[in-house]
Amino acid sequence: MKIAVCVKQVPDSWVEKKMDGQVIDRLGVDAVLNDLDEYAIEEALRIVEANSPTGATGPESGHEISLICMGPERATEALRKGLSMGADSATLIADASLAGSDALSTSLVLAQVIAGGEFDLVMCGTESTDARMSVIPAMLAERLGWAQLTHVDKLDIDVAGSSAAGARSTEIGVENVSAHFPVVISVPDKINVPRYPSFKGIMSSKKKPLVIKSLSEIGISENSVGAFASWSTVNEVIPQPPKTKGIKVFDTGNGGNELVAFLEEQRII
Amino acid sequence: MSVVILVDEADGKVAHSTGELATFAARIGEVTAILFDGNLLTQLSQFAIDKVIVVSAVNRNSPAEVAQVLSQILLEKSPKALLITSTITGKEIAARTAVRSNSGIITDAIDIASDLTTTQSIFGGAMTVKASLRSGCAIVTIRPNSIDVISESSSPAVETFSGMVSPAIERVLSIEMAEKGSRPELTEATIVVSGGGGTKGDFKPLEEFADSLGAAVGASRAATDAGWYPHSHQVGQTGKTVRPQLYVAVGISGAIQHRAGMQTSKFVVAVNTDPDAPIFDVADFGIVGDLFSVIPQATAAIKAKKL
Repeated sequence: MKIAVCVKQVPDSWVEKKMDGQVIDRLGVDAVLNDLDEYAIEEALRIVEANSPTGATGPESGHEISLICMGPERATEALRKGLSMGADSATLIADASLAGSDALSTSLVLAQVIAGGEFDLVMCGTESTDARMSVIPAMLAERLGWAQLTHVDKLDIDVAGSSAAGARSTEIGVENVSAHFPVVISVPDKINVPRYPSFKGIMSSKKKPLVIKSLSEIGISENSVGAFASWSTVNEVIPQPPKTKGIKVFDTGNGGNELVAFLEEQRII
Repeated sequence: MSVVILVDEADGKVAHSTGELATFAARIGEVTAILFDGNLLTQLSQFAIDKVIVVSAVNRNSPAEVAQVLSQILLEKSPKALLITSTITGKEIAARTAVRSNSGIITDAIDIASDLTTTQSIFGGAMTVKASLRSGCAIVTIRPNSIDVISESSSPAVETFSGMVSPAIERVLSIEMAEKGSRPELTEATIVVSGGGGTKGDFKPLEEFADSLGAAVGASRAATDAGWYPHSHQVGQTGKTVRPQLYVAVGISGAIQHRAGMQTSKFVVAVNTDPDAPIFDVADFGIVGDLFSVIPQATAAIKAKKL
């Protein structure tokens, strides 16, 4: 079985995010592997472990986990983290003309790499913590013409039957969905607890294959990506004044009544 | 200019968010609504809608199938915009329709002007972004609770969708509908009361307080990870984003990830034992105290007013 995991490098979600003109400031902050992608990597590792003769990942398992990322060359750091968790190889699409790409361009690039890789499964997190659009998995399924099992918080992979079944949680409830390979899957953060890379994992990640490819190497024209092809234009970024600190009272036995009095004063109730 | 909106249908009813889409759409031009359950047709006459296209034999919850319907309608009617509510399925429908119809997409807008300029609130409300799409049909998903619905009685013309739709590849084996308690839906509620680590797993006082206000109940990630409250109620970066009139954070310290999901609420009230909890930085009214005495007292005070 071949599994691709799509990952992204993002500004650290634990620090205050900033804008650099009309785009998110990515240079002035720590860049990390998108937290939510770790759940997709972990789930891929668990699928392989459950279907490996030795219970371990790696070449002897008979399965392969490949990370795919679009981003600047610096994103190799995020890929190394994924490799140190246990993925087998990584591909980074880095090209100056990709700067300013929107979700449509990003999905075009990722789909092109996936289509050439004979994958059975593509795993994604539910969103990146920077742009937060949550549209890439659905766009990949549409572009590839594959089944989509997205937002599944329970997942069963039947390798012998080449099929996947999952419980998709949405606003309406839970849909139990199944499909034959190939499938695009996205998993939320409640599905598992991602492992920390072990010392051995970190050491071995340095020897794992990590290739950087340009747009022309994957056969995409620079006119179909980047700021040039982006559909959206940011006209204005307006910082909102920080919320003025409100009233803070210490409860001396009347706090609940004071709360209700405040709600009345503001005509909320 | 014409605008297409995708009607939100839930529990055999047209959802409140549909009225918001119609209110935004009416600013832009002639409004065409796409409806999947023909029985709900009469419910659309309370909004400013000019035309309804009824689609049958298509799974409304399948992004793959609905995207086929919408892209055919976009091709035929060439509207200037397609408005969809920002839900999990709504965003996926928008995403797939954008790919199929080669259109631009903007998600989670909180406003759209008559010239199609959208407003988004990012970084938990720290920034507002005004953006536009360069040409073609603008596919925009809109967060619930973004506008007061303007009711207007209309008698829309009705058409039937006659296109062909291939069934989605993935098979839906069964659906467990979300339990609809008596409480409003989290993202649509005007008041949300959320609990965190400070509840120590006891949500009872908080639920009683929520019920006295007719509010929805939310939870922080700490509370859902501990198994104290269902994940579907999680508010924050990796959960739901809410912007009610009033958000009451009970026993929630207010980590940056939680604030990202509630910071744009109109009023924020916080109750926490720690006077230095970051939630107080975004609270209009904060009470430093024990939630187990403050909240029941507030519930009693509200009930007393209603008598």
